[in-house]
Amino acid sequence: MPVKVGLLALQGAIEPHALAFQALGATSVEVRTPDQLAAVDALVIPGGESTTMSKLLDTSGLSEPLAKRLADGLPTFGTCAGMIILARTVLDGRVDQQSYGAIDVTVRRNAFGRQVDSFEADLAIDGLADPFHAVFIRAPFVERVGDGVEVLASVDGHPVLCRQGVVLVSAFHPELTDDLRLHELFLSSIS
Amino acid sequence: MADTSPTAPRSGSSTGTQLVKRGLAEMLKGGVIMDVVDSEQAKIAEDAGAVAVMALERVPSDIRRDGGVARMSDPEMIEGIKAVTTIPVMAKARIGHFVEAQILESLGVDYVDESEVLTPADEAHHIDKWAFTVPFVCGATNLGEALRRISEGACMIRSKGEAGTGNVVEAVRHLRSIFGDIRKITQADNAELFEWAKRLQAPLPLVQEIHQTGKLPVPLFCAGGLATPADAALAMQLGAESVFVGSGIFKSDNPSIRAKAIVEATTHFNDPAILAKVSRGLGRAMPGLEIAGLETTFANRGW
Repeated sequence: MPVKVGLLALQGAIEPHALAFQALGATSVEVRTPDQLAAVDALVIPGGESTTMSKLLDTSGLSEPLAKRLADGLPTFGTCAGMIILARTVLDGRVDQQSYGAIDVTVRRNAFGRQVDSFEADLAIDGLADPFHAVFIRAPFVERVGDGVEVLASVDGHPVLCRQGVVLVSAFHPELTDDLRLHELFLSSIS
Repeated sequence: MADTSPTAPRSGSSTGTQLVKRGLAEMLKGGVIMDVVDSEQAKIAEDAGAVAVMALERVPSDIRRDGGVARMSDPEMIEGIKAVTTIPVMAKARIGHFVEAQILESLGVDYVDESEVLTPADEAHHIDKWAFTVPFVCGATNLGEALRRISEGACMIRSKGEAGTGNVVEAVRHLRSIFGDIRKITQADNAELFEWAKRLQAPLPLVQEIHQTGKLPVPLFCAGGLATPADAALAMQLGAESVFVGSGIFKSDNPSIRAKAIVEATTHFNDPAILAKVSRGLGRAMPGLEIAGLETTFANRGW
């Protein structure tokens, strides 16, 4: 059976991830309900507004099933808002904002500033031979990294790409460029 | 402006690029952008799950009622809204009023809406949006207007609808017009694309791009007259990628409950059972207006 990657489709940049997986020959499906979540082998939590997604996880009945699947070791890739939702601790978030502690990092929301500060830059990534052109949109960064978390890339000393086991998080948006190497890396972690 | 960004770009990186500007529009997809006139409303909007707020001094239905010249909001009010929210803050500048846009950029707003809801400052020219670091959204009633705005540098298009009416009919007309022409262009042969560009009064390369991709080069959201969860889902099923709701929320009986319902309806726009659930018990929607009885149609502003 080919791997079925779920794209959490409550809000945000979902289609660019779908196109990336399609280009790699992988199957992706949108996830908006508990039944759809139960049927996937891996999950992408895309970029978007983390506060909005957090509320929609609740109202869509996905919060508990997601927490359970993450605890059971669901391979998950979180980009930007997804990184915030997967983090242990969120700074500058809303008090009622949920994060699921799937990766032991502390993330600061909008840490690089507002939209006028959003930027693109070439990034050196551990394990990749050539730089990765990364797009940062009102992006967060990691302020604390727990034991067992690998930092794969940083900007100005702030971690922006981290991995712990089967959970990969990026502060930037690999889905907005044609470079498929991080989606490939994520797929290779799913067995 | 591109080289006077509030913060200097870090070494080897660039701000204000098309990728970065269109990127934020990508992140706002599947969401609801709500008009707010003060920090109290901004908090209600964020609490309800808005992906962004649009700061303006009066909601469109009040602008329509009061008449007179509608302008950019007071910077103090925009600062107040920025201070209480963590989500993106947009603000409106008058069509062609590039100085209002410069002021909004200096305030650090996340998107500028060059909006027909305000009284136009220039009856021939829109703002040269390429000259800014902050991205712009512009309204359009048809595909030609959308492509002219994109050629001026807009990174998001919203169908205009007729703001402040609580009547969705114009939003539907504009979405159908834009998507209908896109569908026809994908079927056209190369010779016909020249004629399409002429008819739409739009740049040929953009028409050719639509022929190839079957969609606008930037995200297409819907605005103008949406008042219910069903209206939001209608716009999404017609192909809009997000919705703007203005007077529809804060001119209704219970803004907080209605705002939450519209957020859920925008996510689950294809699921009638969920739409039925979230449409219950919302209290009265804003009073609506017939388009034929309007003294001023905002949608006709823009060239």
